[in-house]
Amino acid sequence: MARTELRRFGFFEHEADVGIFGVGSSLEEAFQEGAKALFQVMADIENIEPEIRINIKAEAPDEEALFVEWLNALLAQKDIEDMFFSDFEVRIQHLQKLFVLTGVAKGERTNPQKHHLKIEVKAATYSQLKVERLEKGYKVQCVVDV
Amino acid sequence: MIPEMKLELHERRRYVWEMPKHGEMRVVGRVYGDEATVEQLHADVRMGKAWNALKQVYNVACLPGLQKASLAMPDVHPGYGYPIGGVGAFDLKEGVISVGGVGFDAGCNVANIRIPLKRRDIEAKKKVLAEALYRDIPAGLGIRGEIGISWDQLDEILEKGARFAIDMGYGYKDDVRFIEKNGSIEGADPQLVSETAKKRESKQLGTLGSGNHYLEVQYVDEIFDREAADAFGLAQDGIIVSIHCGSRALGHQVGTDFLKVLDAASKKYKIPIRERELVCAPIESEEGRRYFSTIKAAMNYGYANKEVLVHLARVIMDRIFDLDESEMPLLYLISHNSVMEEEHQIGGKVETLLVHRKGATRAFGPGSEELPNEYVGVGQPVLVGGTMGTCSHILKGTETAMEETFGSACHGAGRRMSRRQALRTWRGEQIVRDLEKKGIVAKGHGWKGIAEESPGAYKDVNQVVSVMHGSDIARKVAKVRPLICIKG
Repeated sequence: MARTELRRFGFFEHEADVGIFGVGSSLEEAFQEGAKALFQVMADIENIEPEIRINIKAEAPDEEALFVEWLNALLAQKDIEDMFFSDFEVRIQHLQKLFVLTGVAKGERTNPQKHHLKIEVKAATYSQLKVERLEKGYKVQCVVDV
Repeated sequence: MIPEMKLELHERRRYVWEMPKHGEMRVVGRVYGDEATVEQLHADVRMGKAWNALKQVYNVACLPGLQKASLAMPDVHPGYGYPIGGVGAFDLKEGVISVGGVGFDAGCNVANIRIPLKRRDIEAKKKVLAEALYRDIPAGLGIRGEIGISWDQLDEILEKGARFAIDMGYGYKDDVRFIEKNGSIEGADPQLVSETAKKRESKQLGTLGSGNHYLEVQYVDEIFDREAADAFGLAQDGIIVSIHCGSRALGHQVGTDFLKVLDAASKKYKIPIRERELVCAPIESEEGRRYFSTIKAAMNYGYANKEVLVHLARVIMDRIFDLDESEMPLLYLISHNSVMEEEHQIGGKVETLLVHRKGATRAFGPGSEELPNEYVGVGQPVLVGGTMGTCSHILKGTETAMEETFGSACHGAGRRMSRRQALRTWRGEQIVRDLEKKGIVAKGHGWKGIAEESPGAYKDVNQVVSVMHGSDIARKVAKVRPLICIKG
């Protein structure tokens, strides 16, 4: 996918946990950036080589919940595969009453020294969950429980 | 914010504040706190903060079947659906069960082990002991334990909790008497725990995790109640090993799985959603029953995980100080993210209720049938975790708690500063140096984690505990201070 100026991720203030956001020219790109923010909470993602590809599927009744599902599916695969991820591909289809995401997470096996592991995220939450249409593109955000 | 909401607290007696029943509230809201805590809660409302503990107290008070009051303990701060420090007890017929009342780390608990040593014994070997605990207690993000278990064994753990860990050789037979629910909640159904949750568990049994989870070696600094201290086996300068952690990724996945199920159930049963994290299902519905049987399994995992860590800690203490396992009894193990069926007095009658405690512990008073003989005369030990550099407290449950809070009390200090703010304010290396000057050896699996958990990022635990003592919900027994902190 072509890199655009719009693509970025970051964090917002939260009293006990961490708020994360992703911005992209499409909803898919915003989801990808949001996933980078999630992994940046736990590790230094520039140190994670996108060597191994893991397929991810998620579905939800709305776009907001789909973002949470996507992040939680990544957290599950992190533990199951014993990996950390740094690069993502996302496709979203809107079926009748369902949003379906098919994606790929790219990363490598856990290496605490190399990845500078920080703090565990227990779950992505519905708290301050938002999907926002920007003038150009999308912004997605939520709070993650650490 | 809904216009009819009046998120104001009025003082009822010293340290006890109520939000009168209004709007869609079914019962009052009641907050235990000092003036400063209440002022902070009111300030959050005035500033129109979206993430707001009083709004959450209100929202919980609107849930069907809630009994007496929507409660918040003095370590109250905003949570997910329920405030942290929130307690909600429901009638089984009309009531609802929610993930928000338990949290994403079901069965997160604190276990205290009594060690037959004095402060001077630890001081003499402090560095060696800290090094051994840091090396041999699996902790930090991405860590795997040494214990491989089969899927069948995992199912047994989910069904039997700490009892099965002991059968596997981790822990001591008598331990179960000193664990709430005897370390094993009946009615857990391992088959309902998702395959994803079970796969995520892989090699996490006997691991501490990260974040605010810790293992501390503490000494008894001050005794407030001699009789209760004697019953709990606490003496001046006596040593405690305190371990705080929960049900690890398995528990997190159960929370994630059921947030989705209950989101759909709220719509299906037409329960108004005031905050999406507060989604719920009727206790008697298929979804509600399914969540309850599954969360019991996650809590059992939390007990078993802790029992393994208790064993590992004893092995290390034995290696360094030549102590026998039976000389290091559990003082108590208690959860602070839980939902349990319990009997309580409602209008002069004993009723079975479903009690959610999110960042709140049990604080059963004297005479409670669930307490071991040693404690039945004085009340249940309430283990309140402080922060790295300060102190923790051991309280005892009271009759007043049984009458007012369904036998519940605070669980810790409560955060007052965001993690990002803490990172901007402190450096992990400096905190460790400062603690060392105070005679505390702190070791963490990441400097940032230590900075985020800086003592200054939390409320003063002494003040939180004073509110519990002053309102007679849980009374002070002993204050303990850390000598060694191992952070996850």
